[in-house]
Amino acid sequence: MSTDIPLWASIPASILLVMGGVISLIGSAGLLRFKSFVARIHAPTLGNTLGAACVLVASILVFSSIEQRFVIHEILITLLLFITSPVTAMLLMRAAVYRSKRERGEFEPSVDSSESSTGN
Amino acid sequence: MNLALFWAASFAVLCFVLGMACATVRLVRGPTAQDRVLALDALYINGMLTMLAFGVRSGTGVYFDVALLIALFGFVGSTAMAKFLLRGEVIEP
Repeated sequence: MSTDIPLWASIPASILLVMGGVISLIGSAGLLRFKSFVARIHAPTLGNTLGAACVLVASILVFSSIEQRFVIHEILITLLLFITSPVTAMLLMRAAVYRSKRERGEFEPSVDSSESSTGN
Repeated sequence: MNLALFWAASFAVLCFVLGMACATVRLVRGPTAQDRVLALDALYINGMLTMLAFGVRSGTGVYFDVALLIALFGFVGSTAMAKFLLRGEVIEP
């Protein structure tokens, strides 16, 4: 790194980066280790929310101290992630419930199609 | 003190790459299709965080745009695949 970053920004940014890395790694290891899909869908949300927030706050600190002004365009990624991650999780869970019901043969097409057309 | 920040960012990159490896194993091994879509979701989030940690490590703002694009297109891709698993087609007439 060429520019010199002051101490008040580099120490919290280092701690936040290490925390974000460890939290995201725990979430991904949970994705690998859990047994069923219903348990597995909970694991990466840890990395999606807390790990990403730690890294984004560290990035805000570092770039604010490099450019000597308040850089907050990382909030764009935070907002995008916090809006889109529950949408993806909800759609995936609906798909999983639908597919497991169809595998067990207890599925009524008329009920599901009317519910989905009003839901969209 | 920049050295501590450099090594913290390198450690974060290592953690995110290990997380991407975990997600790749689940993507290859996953028993059902929704497991694979979930693993792809975790994979693109970890790749986006890798780009952000690279940006902190090198001190340039170029990697932020890459991370924003990965977040946008990853959401579109995983939502389209979840919708395909749910209904059999992505955009319904």
